[in-house]
Amino acid sequence: MIELVSHDRCITCQACVSACPENVFDKREHAPPVIARPDDCQTCFLCELYCPVDALYVSPLADAHETVDEQQLIESGLLGSFARAMGWKRAIPGGTENDLTYRMFEDGRVST
Amino acid sequence: MTDVTRRTEQDIALVADVLVLGGGPSGAWAALTAAENGAKVVLAEKGFVGTGGATAAGNTTMIHAGPHSDAREAAIKRRLSIAHGLADRASIERIIDQSFDCLNKLADWGYHYPVNDAGASYRGSLRGPDYLRFMRKKLRKAGVTILDQSPALELLASDGAISGAAGINRLTQQRWSVRSAAVVISTGGCAFLSKALGTNGLTGDGLLLSAEAGAELSGMEFTGQYGLAPAFSSITKGIMYFWATFTDEDGNVLERKGDRQSVVAQNLLKGPVYAVIDQADARLQEGMRRGQPNMFLAFDRKGIDPFTQRFPVTLRYEGTVRGVGGLVIDRSGATNVPGLFAAGDAASRENFVGAVSGGGGPNATWAIASGVWAGQGAGAFAGRIGRLHDHRPAGGLGGAGLKPSEKPNASVDAHTFIEAAQQEILPLDRNFFRTGPGLQASLGRLDTAWRSARAHLSADGLPASEIVRARETAAMLANARWIVASAMARRESRGINRRLDFPNTDPMQQRRLLSGGIDRVWVRPNVIERAIAS
Repeated sequence: MIELVSHDRCITCQACVSACPENVFDKREHAPPVIARPDDCQTCFLCELYCPVDALYVSPLADAHETVDEQQLIESGLLGSFARAMGWKRAIPGGTENDLTYRMFEDGRVST
Repeated sequence: MTDVTRRTEQDIALVADVLVLGGGPSGAWAALTAAENGAKVVLAEKGFVGTGGATAAGNTTMIHAGPHSDAREAAIKRRLSIAHGLADRASIERIIDQSFDCLNKLADWGYHYPVNDAGASYRGSLRGPDYLRFMRKKLRKAGVTILDQSPALELLASDGAISGAAGINRLTQQRWSVRSAAVVISTGGCAFLSKALGTNGLTGDGLLLSAEAGAELSGMEFTGQYGLAPAFSSITKGIMYFWATFTDEDGNVLERKGDRQSVVAQNLLKGPVYAVIDQADARLQEGMRRGQPNMFLAFDRKGIDPFTQRFPVTLRYEGTVRGVGGLVIDRSGATNVPGLFAAGDAASRENFVGAVSGGGGPNATWAIASGVWAGQGAGAFAGRIGRLHDHRPAGGLGGAGLKPSEKPNASVDAHTFIEAAQQEILPLDRNFFRTGPGLQASLGRLDTAWRSARAHLSADGLPASEIVRARETAAMLANARWIVASAMARRESRGINRRLDFPNTDPMQQRRLLSGGIDRVWVRPNVIERAIAS
């Protein structure tokens, strides 16, 4: 679930407030949004794609919260790692041409 | 923080030819098609058009098979062979052909498909976040008015026909209403807040709204559907486990005879189950990693190498999202209620997948085709009604969770009812493996919860998030009752209705079960179909 809005990085654009499908954030004027309803987070990671400055971190834990250390997330390369893996840059979509899903249909184990 | 209960602006009142509720793939295709055919269209989405719904959160395979191709014939034969006698060839052909056209249109419009090793554009897969963001841009260009963060709370009706819907904006607290000649229900399925990937907004709201208008459902018993996920995570991506080895606590390999989900379900009832994806070669591993980034995000952030280290798995409930049941629709997407249309996971997919899960691929294919048809159907219906439809006097049809039948009771808490529904629906030994007595007891408890919620549950005067949650609660209780009552009435095992007390498939029950009703739930066999079949 969502664990971090980096106050260092956040540019208060409120894009995550608008884009969150579960209405987890509350917007604030000229300040980073608040994670107002953390337990409503569905751990879909999509807010990270819509953040233009990689200020958000969603923990992979779907049923429990954990404390995270921002500096450690930066050093381990995990802050913004979803957007990088997808090929989205500054909240602009990209990278679909690098999708190698088709390889899963090569050995005949799966058919649609 | 600001006072969220204060209304910040005037309420919103719009007029449209077609109102689409739900902005996942089926709703997006419905809205786009209606707009392209000249209709004025409003699309209201509970979340955000681009991130809302099960598809946006994932990467979905598609059936992309052209007319007269071997791939098309193979896909049709495969669907018919696993549908347990409830799908039909003509419907499957029509769905695959419609979706094929649309997947090609996406390329023409600028969606970048990958190129495979043979140098061909590969159109059998779409990346959810990109696909839905792409559709959002397309809708904007087509002139569709998008209302984000705007769940519908009730349908409006005039003289027995649907004439719009009303809801609330979760961010601004504004009430909204749209008067329209036709409404498309594309609100998705119901997964009971199981945390299966991308499903928590999918609480069956559209089915409740439609049933309040008298709409009929079908196939609600084909809902014993769960998705495999690493136990700690939300990532229900079953496809990876085709290359997995499953073990129990002591490391004994679990034999994969038949349905692998059943094997995992049986063993989860005894203790933890583990998986390692140890049968994928380096090329495939790269394919998985670059095809399913969010799956590996979860592993990378947890510090697990899924190709060499075993990890605990669980089954998260997927309900009617990847199950089968939903609103009964005809070829134009129309329900039995005038002015009310449906598409995607909100509609029954029995014609296409029969009694089994359509998984990601067939369901995503169905979403496109059914969305296009509902858009065409609703647009044509609006054309026949003509302008001035918004002058009809309209009344709201919403009941439970919105307008309690008795005095609202503040001590009646939505979360208690949500837990009551979840307790009957999520456990493997109640809903993956079903028994008559177990279902009977579940239905009794659900009916009791329903009566209490119907009488007293209200969030009037509370913030929008609570008003929406109360209505979602009523929707989950209603969906749970249709599921359990339908499973009781199908006294056989067929597809994903697994009855321990009736382990065999009964040829006499090769027909649909229709269901519906609000305060009194009903289920009946589709006798006309049975008469034709015999």
